[in-house]
Amino acid sequence: MPITAGIDIGASATKAAVIQGEVPARAELIGAAVLRSGVDFALSARQGFELALAEAGLEAQRVERIFSCGYGRGNVDFAQETRTEIAAHAAAAFRHFPRALTVLDIGGQDNKVIKLDDQGRRISFKMNRKCAAGTGAFLEEMALRLNVGLQEFDGLARSARGEVTMGSFCTVFSATEVLAHIRKGVALPDLVKGLFRSVLKRALEMDNLDQTVVMTGGVAAHNPYLLEMLSEMIGRPALTPPRPQLAGAEGAALLAMQSLLPRCDQSHPRP
Amino acid sequence: MTQAPPPINATKHMKKLMADHFLGLDRAAREGSPKVAWCTSVGPAELLLSMGFAVYYPENHGALLGATRMATEVIPVANAAGYSPDICSYLTADIGAFLKGVTPLTAAYGIKSIPKADVLVFNTNQCRDVADWFGFYARHWNVPLAGVCSHRGLGEVKRHHIDDVVSQFKDMIPVLEKVSGVKFDIDRLRETVRLSKECTVRWRKVLEYAALSPTPMTFFDHTIHMAPAVVLRGTQEALDYYDLLLAELEQRAAEGVAAAPGERYRLYWDGMPVWGRLRMLSETLGGLGAAVVASTYCNSWIFEAFDAADPFESMARAYLELFIVRDDDYKERYIRQWARRFGVQGIIFHDAKTCPNNSNNRYAMPERLAQDLGVPTLTINGDLNDLRCFSDEQARTNMEAFAEQLGEQAA
Repeated sequence: MPITAGIDIGASATKAAVIQGEVPARAELIGAAVLRSGVDFALSARQGFELALAEAGLEAQRVERIFSCGYGRGNVDFAQETRTEIAAHAAAAFRHFPRALTVLDIGGQDNKVIKLDDQGRRISFKMNRKCAAGTGAFLEEMALRLNVGLQEFDGLARSARGEVTMGSFCTVFSATEVLAHIRKGVALPDLVKGLFRSVLKRALEMDNLDQTVVMTGGVAAHNPYLLEMLSEMIGRPALTPPRPQLAGAEGAALLAMQSLLPRCDQSHPRP
Repeated sequence: MTQAPPPINATKHMKKLMADHFLGLDRAAREGSPKVAWCTSVGPAELLLSMGFAVYYPENHGALLGATRMATEVIPVANAAGYSPDICSYLTADIGAFLKGVTPLTAAYGIKSIPKADVLVFNTNQCRDVADWFGFYARHWNVPLAGVCSHRGLGEVKRHHIDDVVSQFKDMIPVLEKVSGVKFDIDRLRETVRLSKECTVRWRKVLEYAALSPTPMTFFDHTIHMAPAVVLRGTQEALDYYDLLLAELEQRAAEGVAAAPGERYRLYWDGMPVWGRLRMLSETLGGLGAAVVASTYCNSWIFEAFDAADPFESMARAYLELFIVRDDDYKERYIRQWARRFGVQGIIFHDAKTCPNNSNNRYAMPERLAQDLGVPTLTINGDLNDLRCFSDEQARTNMEAFAEQLGEQAA
């Protein structure tokens, strides 16, 4: 059965996925890796690929095609083709939830809202403006201000008994607000829950989250409570694939697998 | 690797015309004759030309500052002098460059500084910023400032709008006569308006060649070749130039030359160019097989209304009928018409941070047009001149994703 791989070089993390299957719709994830992107994208791509191969127990030669995506997609010299992370996240989301979707990807540096029809074709997409508000970078900055590990955020938000309201769009202004709340003695969990709310508000401002909402990306992966909060805000369950941070890499691998199909099948809706 | 489109030969001639234009202005400013009038790009240039002024267009200088990427270095100088980074970056770049004592004209033509104005004439049909911009120089040089305070957001251009602008034009004449020492002559104005109309007819023909598929010229070429329509309209040189360009376009069309080789997608560009990133945008879109075939911006120098028989009224009408002066209903109809006529499959809106009046995405127009036309739209955040407001990577990802989307829809 064909084996393909996807490498997603994001602003914060590099993700690699190796999949195997006759067709994308029935492909199985057999190897994956997540590591920091660092300053050498080519190196992190290679390392990620090797780690994913090791998990799959495969030699690189077994992989028939590799696609890359993400900001560093052009730095993956062993990938045959590149796709945008928008195409890749859409492919992965539709693979897991094959219906009309609104995909919300909250990444380290930017957010995307991608709308797909019931055949998986893209209707529209929006990226956030050139601003870190509402992205993983915003949470990273706030974690530094609060002197709390980012990995503690989800538990803290979940344990909140109240919630502060963050009023500003801007990461810098938000940091000032955080300091004001600290001075007032606001409980840390209430503050972190307020930060989560701020992230989700920024996403809801980007586009209407109609259809079935699927959340992907590293921020969703590390903060499952965000998904619960989003569900509450949109009034219905928001979904997430099994490994949301891998959605870009998995999607790139799915698109690589699709490209192996006879040409007449490639135009058929994705996975 | 994407094949480069063949160069447009007329460009060499245009460069010489532009050199002559700036060198002439420099000479006039140094020698004190003819007098130098500054004029906004869609201002009453015909009136000034008819009275013998050498006419200088600061927006053109603003675009040069952007295209040479000097703008981003000099804008902070204007910011520090009190001009906000949120206002027109033509203004901040131009004033910043002046305060710093630099100009791209030095490297291009060996000219030390922009030509000192003897009079400044604005038209706020585009925005209020032009009045503030010219006001800076009027105070600095202690020279007269005149202008038209235009109506804006117009649906229909009505009689009282035209009468008002005509009276404002006429009010300027005593000031202009005093500065130039030349008596106003209606026949000279008629002749200048006739030349401007002839220029408009030719420029429109140039733009209409892009209705062909493949297009022999794209928006990115238009942003270069529009220069004579902006700074030389009202002169015979502009007509001669466009005759030359049109002959070349005819030949390119006959030979099926594609300005974006492998043209697969045809796009409309709304909003200002990103002057400092024209090449990047052109190469990225071209590499994706996308040709930008029509734009609101380059169409802004089509002045249908010019009529030598009635120069004042037709000038008023021409400068009021422009896209930027109109309301959103008109703008939507306009874009729909051009998009259909040019067979576009997608529309790119440039949301220019410092140019709200020429960023038409902010009141849900993309959503309405996408629904009406059945084509997707993309908004790119950026700016005409201030590259601090533009992200190459975000723009590139957006354009690639847009091409993917167009490809999926075509499949």
